[in-house]
Parts: sequence; C-alpha cells; structure tokens
Amino acid sequence: MLTVPLSHSLVLGAILFSISVVGIFLNRKNVIILLMAIELMLLAVNLNFVAFSHHLGDMAGQVFVFFILTVAAAESAIGLAILVLLFRNVGSIDVEDLAKLKG
Amino acid sequence: MRADLYAVLPEIAILASASLILIAGLFIPQARRAISFWLAQAALLATMWIVVSTAQVGTVRAFHGMVVDDMLGDVLKLLALVAVSLMLFYGRAYLEARGLFRGEAFVLVLFALLGMMVMMGAASFLTLYLGLEILSLSLYALVALQRDAAAPAEAAMKYFVLGALASGMLLYGVSMVYGATGSFDLDRVAEATLGSQGNRTLLAFGLVFIVSGIAFKLGVVPYHMWVPDVYHGAPTPITLLVGTAPKLAAFAFTLRVLAGALKGMEFDWQGMLIVLSLLSMTLGNLIAIAQTSVKRMLAYSTIANMGFMLMGFLAADLNGYSAAMFYTVAYVFTSAASFGVVLLLSREGFEADAIDDFKGLNRRSPWWAFIMLLVMFSLAGVPPMLGFYAKFAVLEAAVNQGFVWLAVAGVLASLVGAFYYLRIVKLMYFDEPTDREPIVAPGGTRAILSANGLALLVLGILPQPLMGLCVVALAQSQF
Repeated sequence: MLTVPLSHSLVLGAILFSISVVGIFLNRKNVIILLMAIELMLLAVNLNFVAFSHHLGDMAGQVFVFFILTVAAAESAIGLAILVLLFRNVGSIDVEDLAKLKG
Repeated sequence: MRADLYAVLPEIAILASASLILIAGLFIPQARRAISFWLAQAALLATMWIVVSTAQVGTVRAFHGMVVDDMLGDVLKLLALVAVSLMLFYGRAYLEARGLFRGEAFVLVLFALLGMMVMMGAASFLTLYLGLEILSLSLYALVALQRDAAAPAEAAMKYFVLGALASGMLLYGVSMVYGATGSFDLDRVAEATLGSQGNRTLLAFGLVFIVSGIAFKLGVVPYHMWVPDVYHGAPTPITLLVGTAPKLAAFAFTLRVLAGALKGMEFDWQGMLIVLSLLSMTLGNLIAIAQTSVKRMLAYSTIANMGFMLMGFLAADLNGYSAAMFYTVAYVFTSAASFGVVLLLSREGFEADAIDDFKGLNRRSPWWAFIMLLVMFSLAGVPPMLGFYAKFAVLEAAVNQGFVWLAVAGVLASLVGAFYYLRIVKLMYFDEPTDREPIVAPGGTRAILSANGLALLVLGILPQPLMGLCVVALAQSQF
C-alpha cells in the first residue's frame, strides 16, 4: 500500500494556511470571503493535527480536531450573525466600507 | 472523581448560574430586569466565596491532567470575578439608558468569565484553546450587543476576523508543538522541551505562531490593529470588560504556555517578546497623543501598557513574572476605574467619549475630577500611585536580567505617555466646562467607583501585600 509521507501533508497544510492568510489580508472586496478564509485556516490546522496524530500514532491529535470542528461551527454562526447585523446597519458587506472607525 | 470536581467547582458555579439566569430571563419582564443583574452579582459573589474556600496551597491536577487547580489560578480567578463585578456595577446605568440592559448581556458576560476561568486553570493546550474560544465568542457577541448602530457592528466584525485569525495562528503553532513533542499536556511539553527532545526546528516554527497568537490576544504591536477599533466601537461597559478581566486570562495563558510548557525555548521567545514590548511601548504611547476620543486614547494606552507588562515577563524569572502579574493586576483595576469615570459622565444620548468632555470637570464635580486625577496619575506612573510601583517593579526585573537598554526605552516611552495622561488632568482643572449637566449616578456605583479610585492610591503607598500575593501564588505554582 502506498503511504503518504508526513512532509507531504505538512506542505499541503502550510499551503492551505498561507492561502487563507493571504485571503484575509489581500481581500478588499467581500466580508464573506474573509469568513471562508477563516474556515480554510482552521481546516489547514486540522490537516496538520491529523497528519501528526497519524505519524505519532497518538489519538489525542484527532480528538483535538473534533473540538476544533465544533468550535469552528460556533465561530461561523457568530461570524454570520455579525455579518447580518453589519449588512442591516451599514447596507453593504464590502471590506472597504468598514472604515468608519479609524484614527 | 470527587477531587476532580472540587478542582473545577468555581467554573461549575459560573456555568450553572449563567444557565439559570438565561432561563430565568424568559420569565422576568423587562421592567424588572434588575433581578437578572442582582442574580449575576450574587453568582459572582458566591463564586468568589467558592474560590476562596476551596483554595489550597498544593497543586491539584484533575480530569487526567486537563485542568490544574493551583494558587496562581485561584488568585487570578478571584481578581477576574472582582473585575467583572465592577464592570456590571459601572455599566448598569449606561446599559439601562440605551436599552441594552437585557438578560443576554448578563449571560454573555458570565460565559466570557467562564472562558477566562477555564484558561486560568488550564493544564493542556486543548483546555487553553477551549477557554480562549468561550471567552472570544462571548466577547464578539457582546461587542455587537447594540444592534441598531453601525459602529458596534463594524467593531464586532473587525474583532471577529482578527480574533479568528489569531486563534488560527495559535492552533497552527500548537499543531507544530504537538508534532515535535507528541503531547498537548503542558507539563509533558515542558519536559520534552527542557530535555532537548523533539525536533527543534519544528518547535521554533510552532513557537513563532504561538507567540503571534498570544500577541494578538494581548493586543501588542504589530498585532494591535483590532484594539482601538473595538474599544472605540463597542458600548463603553463592553469596552471596560474587554480591557480588564481578559488581560488577566491572557497573562495566565502567556505564563502557562511560555514560562511553563515552552520554558526550554526561553531564549527564543525572549527575543520575540523584546521586539513586541519595545514596539508596543513606543508606538502605543506616540499614537495615543494624537487621539481625540478618550476610548481610543485608552486603547492605545492599553497597547503601551501590555508592552510594559511583557518587559517584566521577558525577564523570565520569578521576579519578572511576579512584576508582570502585579503590573497586569494594577493595570486591570486602573483601567476599570478610568472607564468607570467615562461611564459616570455619560448619560442618555451622550457618550462622554471626546477628550473635551472632560473640560472643567473640577468645576462640575471636584470629587470625580480628583478620582480621574488619581487614575491618570496611576496610568502615567506618578508616585505614589499603584501604577508607579507596578512600573518600578517591571523596570527593576528587566534591569536585573541585564535588559538595561530596554528599561531605558520603557522609561522614555512612559515619559511620552505622561503627556497625554496629564493633558486630561489639565483639561479637568484649568479649562472652562463646555457641558454643565449635573452628574447623576446611583449611590452604590459612586461608592464603588470612589473605593476603586482610592484603592489605586492606597495600594500604591502599601504595595507589599499585593506584591507578596503575586510572588507567593507564582512560587507555589512552580514558576
């Protein structure tokens, strides 16, 4: 059976993580894309945990992933609730329109 | 099993009372919302009693090493309970005047407190992460509590995105540390790092991400972008909450992770903290000068103060940790009093948010001008206030470990900082008032805020008991 070496999973995790960080900082358009980038970031972390857990033969890493998945669900619920609030009060979900507070 | 439950009794009490207040909120009409308020205060008081009565000298590990009950956790939990109780008292009139005095506010505040307490008693990365998320998710919702205004929604969105980014970074770092050491248990990670086991490259890589995550949560430069916007946009009582008790939890987090689990990487994180501390002290104090909003000014003051706290922390000995802990405690109660005065001056339809709103406060009310003077002197580090002794202890710890140039930079930065704190004092005592409305606040709130302000003076003259408490708590918890 062909096994995937640890480094491959870690590189994939790092690439996904970088995409999400770049997505948060370079995105000037839509807040929903920010939420998607945050989800991607947590999934990249999960991939890392699973890869290490498999490599070390230790279940704790996979248990941690379940907790992260649960928290991520709660987090996106709150994020979307804030997004709805934002749209109601500002009338737009453009990142550029989030500029009332500055100084 | 029984010992396990004893170790988390304060958390159980807060969780049970938060759930109770949530259910009771259904049956309490809005006109009698004060019942929820007093239930929350009673829960806080009862939990304080539980923390004190279950405190013991030794360290107890419970739930298979997931949580730890030690003196450090007990002291910090007690202080966080007091800080949250102060926040509810100071914020009551403000919340009532804006229709925010609702059941969910108390429930969310208690859940935020639960998150802080879980963080303070965590012995594993998993518990630390869960505590952090309970705290953060409650705070995001609290910042957006005022649903009919644009500024709080914008502040909540910025807080949410950057907070989630910080959690992601932290988790990425934790995954690396897990890969290098094979455990989430803080003690086992400490053993592995001190024994030079584990892949050092992987550990150093993880450490960078963990320090970034911690810096985000503390709000130090260059991870400070959320602090001014959240402080400015959130309703003032929530700003008070964000700026006080969570700093204690963040301190516990930093201590347990850097000084506990990653003790073996001390040399690496010291270097990172030096940069963070130096940047925060200088940038925080410089940008604060340009602010016209008190809340924004206090936000930059937080950034500068957290930089100062890190200077004590990076001394990385008992002296330094206790100085940093003392500094955090001093900052939390000074900051509570400063927002307390802002809340006292605000009323329906008036935020008392501009620096000019403090003009001629001495004419309107000499007593509150005096309390604000104490607070500003304490923040500026004027002797004999509490803030002076806190700064002194931190500088001493840094100099003892040979960070003389950093201490000199800290002194210079706080000289710059003194300018904007003393500007408020000048406005209060030497300018004509622009606003002549009488200051109205319930007697209880006045008494508590006065006691808080005077405590800054008394503890500044007699700092030894509080300092002794910090040293004993840290020494008993093996730091």
